[in-house]
Amino acid sequence: MKPFGYVRADDVDTAIATVATEPGARFLGGGTNLVDLMKLGVERPALLVDVSRLPLTGIDPLRDGRWRIGANVRNSDLAAHPVIRSRFPALSQALLAGASGQLRNAATTGGNLLQRTRCLYFQDVSKPCNKRSPGSGCPAREGVHRDLAILGHSEHCVATHPSDLAVALAALDASVVLRGPDGERRVALTEFHRLPADLPERDTVIAHDELLTAVELPAPPPGHSAYRKARDRASYAFALASVAAVLDVRDGEVREARLAFGGLAAKPWRARVAEQALRGAPATEGSFRRAAEAELAAARPLRDNGFKVPLARNLATQVLTSLADAHHQSPSAR
Amino acid sequence: MATISKPTVQHRPTSSEVTLRVNGVSHRLTVDHRTTVLDALREHLDHTGPKKGCDHGQCGACTVLVGGRRTNSCLLLAVAADGEEITTVEGLSDGEQPHPVQRAFLDHDGFQCGYCTPGQVCSAIGMLAEAADGHPSHVTPLPGTGSGAPPPGSPVPLTPAEIRERMSGNLCRCGAYPNIVAAIEEVAP
Repeated sequence: MKPFGYVRADDVDTAIATVATEPGARFLGGGTNLVDLMKLGVERPALLVDVSRLPLTGIDPLRDGRWRIGANVRNSDLAAHPVIRSRFPALSQALLAGASGQLRNAATTGGNLLQRTRCLYFQDVSKPCNKRSPGSGCPAREGVHRDLAILGHSEHCVATHPSDLAVALAALDASVVLRGPDGERRVALTEFHRLPADLPERDTVIAHDELLTAVELPAPPPGHSAYRKARDRASYAFALASVAAVLDVRDGEVREARLAFGGLAAKPWRARVAEQALRGAPATEGSFRRAAEAELAAARPLRDNGFKVPLARNLATQVLTSLADAHHQSPSAR
Repeated sequence: MATISKPTVQHRPTSSEVTLRVNGVSHRLTVDHRTTVLDALREHLDHTGPKKGCDHGQCGACTVLVGGRRTNSCLLLAVAADGEEITTVEGLSDGEQPHPVQRAFLDHDGFQCGYCTPGQVCSAIGMLAEAADGHPSHVTPLPGTGSGAPPPGSPVPLTPAEIRERMSGNLCRCGAYPNIVAAIEEVAP
């Protein structure tokens, strides 16, 4: 690892100003991904600006039923929060489906969204990788890509985003608050992560000198919500495919459905085609399957990850069916 | 004459003085910023209980309690842990009396080679506190989903399935998992 400077930020604006003046500076949160990438030589910061003790730790109600989650809320605390657990269950489930107890105790809300892909080539500095070293090539296309993207990839990059939290937030219409030297802006979670196109080195739309300070959740949507993840082992593994869904059913018809896939693309994949197909459709397994298939018609699997297409379809069908059943048993629950 | 102002690259120190409180004893030490808590404990403070397995947060052998919460010490920079209260496996016993979790691991033969054991024991202690504090896991039923669903915030009963899920961040290459689960089941409330 390359030697680096370290400063602990006393307040948000000083932290931002410090990073703004040094191109080699990085914000340090829980460190569970950044420190690992520094050990691997993928990240080589000249300066770490430690923001992990800044008081961005609230989980607070806003007006109109909205909630604001501070960027430094640890994953374990967010998943256990009584309001998140009872009113945003898909969010709690997504967090608890990720990483291990130890990692969730350290990892922050902001850091979870900003973690990098676990593509093997990205993490191995002896290999080319357009995300790590633009223009060097993408060996994953012809190499080991079983875990990688089937949607939205480009000739330059086939990486997936590893966050479970981001997938639930995408389905819940959350936004992130980004603070820079000139003030604050809000970005919808679905617009925060980027598809690779010809700039695979840019995972998100955040600028170097912007700090993710909070996540904002709209009021819990009507209906039931859930998160389900398929992985190679029962616990402590990244998603092969995952689904976050919100379903509102009235009189046997879908009033509103929100669906997002994880593990399939460089960003949480909000399934707008499927949602459109479901609006007004009978709340049956057949409708859910056809809607998922309509969304996944855009999939372009690689040699070894074609299994993700039926896997994602079946996951979505199963989750939506179980939400419709839950509605049947408890129509008024949120 | 016009001057061109260049952005000044500040030369910042690459080491800092920190205080780590380990098993109740304060230690003042100067650490290279690259030093993790794991390396500070093992190389600077002679606490070799926490083990370096993978050094990437994947195996859990380095697990210690930081401020009472279980943490992978290999991913925590010592400089970022300045002032923290750290408990390692060396700090668990009461004199010659092993901690109840240590006793249960002995009674149930919850190890073979023993390399992962300090991390397993610290992780189990942290995990028992999390469950008592009402922290759910991936296998905890959601509130309002019928029998067995604890209300948010109330202690979560530790079934074998809960123990296995909550301990998934600690790998044991010898495969002592059944006895580890049995040991933890014995000390769970």
